[in-house]
Amino acid sequence: MIRVDEKGFYGKFGGAYIPEMLHPNIEELRENYEKIIATEDFQKEFRALLKDYVGRPTPLYFASRLSEKHGAKIYLKREDLCHTGAHKVNNTVGQIILAKKLGKKRIIAETGAGQHGVATATVCALMGMECTVYMGALDIQRQRPNVERMKILGAKVVAATSGSQTLKDATNEAMRQWINNPVDTHYIIGSVVGPHPYPEMVARFQSVISEEIKWQLKEKEGTENPDLVIACVGGGSNAAGAFYHYYNTSQVRLVAAEAAGLGVNSGKSAATTALGTPGILHGSKTLLMQTEDGQVVEPHSISAGLDYPGIGPVHAHLFDIGRAEFVAVEDEDAMKAGIELSRLEGIIPAIETAHALHALNMIEYKKDDIIVINLSGRGDKDLDTYIKWGGY
Amino acid sequence: MNRIDHLFDRKKERVLSIYFTAGFPDLEDTLPIMQAIEDAGADIIEVGVPYSDPIADGPTIQESNMIALNNGMSLKKLFDQLKDMRKKVSLPVVLMGYLNPIIQYGMEEFCKKCQELGIDGLIVPDLPMQQYIDEYKEMFDRYGLRNTFLISPQTSEKRIKEIDDYSNGFIYMVSAHAITGAKSGISNEQIAYFERVKSMELKNPRLIGFGISDAETFSTASQYSNGAIIGSAFIKIIKNSKDLKNDIKSYIQSVIK
Ligand SMILES: Cc1ncc(COP(=O)(O)O)c(C=O)c1O
Repeated sequence: MIRVDEKGFYGKFGGAYIPEMLHPNIEELRENYEKIIATEDFQKEFRALLKDYVGRPTPLYFASRLSEKHGAKIYLKREDLCHTGAHKVNNTVGQIILAKKLGKKRIIAETGAGQHGVATATVCALMGMECTVYMGALDIQRQRPNVERMKILGAKVVAATSGSQTLKDATNEAMRQWINNPVDTHYIIGSVVGPHPYPEMVARFQSVISEEIKWQLKEKEGTENPDLVIACVGGGSNAAGAFYHYYNTSQVRLVAAEAAGLGVNSGKSAATTALGTPGILHGSKTLLMQTEDGQVVEPHSISAGLDYPGIGPVHAHLFDIGRAEFVAVEDEDAMKAGIELSRLEGIIPAIETAHALHALNMIEYKKDDIIVINLSGRGDKDLDTYIKWGGY
Repeated sequence: MNRIDHLFDRKKERVLSIYFTAGFPDLEDTLPIMQAIEDAGADIIEVGVPYSDPIADGPTIQESNMIALNNGMSLKKLFDQLKDMRKKVSLPVVLMGYLNPIIQYGMEEFCKKCQELGIDGLIVPDLPMQQYIDEYKEMFDRYGLRNTFLISPQTSEKRIKEIDDYSNGFIYMVSAHAITGAKSGISNEQIAYFERVKSMELKNPRLIGFGISDAETFSTASQYSNGAIIGSAFIKIIKNSKDLKNDIKSYIQSVIK
C-alpha cells in the first residue's frame, strides 16, 4: 500500500524536518487539514470552485494523430485547459479555502516559473486576501510575463536574492517569512514537497486529476484503468495527482519524466532520481541532488518548473520500491516533443509537459496499450523559450 | 565534566555566547577567531557549519554561509581545522549546523569526531525533537554531547516542558518569531515572553538569541535568562574587520562591560 504514515513518511521518505519556530504552524495544519477538508462545507465550496471557476472536469481527449504516430491509444488529460493554464490552480483553490477556515489573513507562496505564483495570486484576488510571492531574482528576469500577471492580480512579488536565486531559494525565503509571520499567515506550497503534511495535502487536492481520469476512461474505454499513466515531475504535484488513485492498482504502469537538462551526466541537469541521494531538503527527507558534503546542487532544466534539485517524498518512495518508472528527458528532446504535439494535435504544451510527451520515445509499450499523458500545462508562458530555441 | 555543564555550574548570569560561521571571512580564520573570542572574555563559542540552504537564518548569516562555502569550507575541512583546538581553546564549544551535511557525513561518525576534538554540544535547528528522541539521543549521550533545542514565543508551555525534559546543556530562546538578525531592540511583548518562560522554572539554563547586538540588548536579555547569544551582529563586525583580534576584543568587551 502506498500511503503516508502517522509521522508523514512514505517508506523511508517524508517527515517534517523543520526549525522549532515553524512547529506551531505545521502542527496547526497537521491537526486540522484532514478534519477541515472532510467537512461537507469545505467539499461543497472546493467542488463548486473547481467546476465553475477552474473549469473542471478537464477533458480526457483521445489524441488520434499522436496515437497513430506512436502506435498506442493515447489520451491527454487536459490540465492545460484549467483557468490560469496549468494544474497548479487545483491546489491553490484547495489551500486558500483551508487558509480561510483556519482564520488566516495573508498568503505567501514560492514560485519558479511563475505558474504557481500566478495560481496563488489568482485565488487570493478571488478571496480578497493579501498575497506575497517569493521568486528567485534570476527567475524574475526569465519569466517576466508571469511576474506582471501576478502584479496585475494584486500580488506583491519579492525577489529572493540569496544562493542561486531560483526556485529553491524562493522556497527558503518563503519559509523564512513564514517563521517571521507565524500567526496570521498561511504558506501555500506549490508542489508535493515540504514538511508533512504538505506533500500529502497537495497530492489530495491534485488527486482530482486521477479521480476524473477513472470515470472518463470508463466512459470511453469501458475500463477505469489505463495501461500507463505518464506525467512530468518537478516537485511532482501533477504526477502525484495523475497517479494518486492508481498508486495501489499494480497493473497500471506509472511513468515519471524528469528533466535531464543538457544530459544526465553533463553537470547541467535536474534528473533527481538519476543523480540524487537521500537527504533533507525544505523540511522533508527525500532524494536530492547534493555534493558529497551535503550541500544542495544547482539544477538545470530548460523548463523553469522542473528546475528543482529534489522531488516530493512520495516520488522518492515510488522510485525506491520500483512502483514508478523514471525517465530523464533532455532539453532538446522535450522541445521537439512540444513541437510534435503542436503540429499533430494543435496543442502547444508547456515545456514541463513536453518532457512527459517525449517519455513515449523512451519506454516500451504494446500497440493496443491505453496511455494517459497528463498534459499539465499550456505553452503560452513558454513562447519566449520556444522562440529562442527556434527549431520549428 | 562537560564544559557546558561546568560553565553553568559556576556562572548563572550574563553568560555570553558568540556565534560565527566557520571559514568566514577567510577559510583559515576559524581557529584564530575562536581564540580571539576566548581572549576577549566571552563564555561559549558557537561554530556555525555552513550550509547552502539555511532556512532559519537571515541575510547576514546566509551571506556568511555562502562566502564560507565558496572559500571551500566543509565539515571535513572544519574537523581538520579543529584538530588541535583543545591546545588553544578552553571555552565550551558548540557546533551549530543544519541536519543534511551532518547526515551525509554520518551521524555516528560525526558524534565520534566531535567527542575526539573536544566539542561539547550541538545545535541542529532542523532536527525535530521526536526524531532526536527516537534516533539520536542515545548516541549524543554516549559521546558526551549536549543538545540544545530552540523555543520561540509561539512554543506552547506543554512543548517547552517537553523540550526542557529532553534537553541538556542549555535551551536557546529565540527572542521573537523571527529568523536570525531580523530585528533589533527588545519590545514589551518580548519581555512578557521572557518573563513567562522565566516563571516556568525550567531545569536547564536559558540563553536568549536573535536580535542581540550590544551592551543594552545583552543586559536586558540577561535580566530574564542566564545570558544571551550574539550571531549576526558579530558576523557584521568580522566581515569588515582588518584586524580580527583587536576588533573582536573591543566589540565583545563593549558588550560585556
Ligand atoms: C505546466 C507545469 N507542469 C509541471 C510543473 C512541475 O511541477 P509539478 O512537478 O509539481 O507538477 C509546473 C511547474 O511550474 C508547470 O507549470
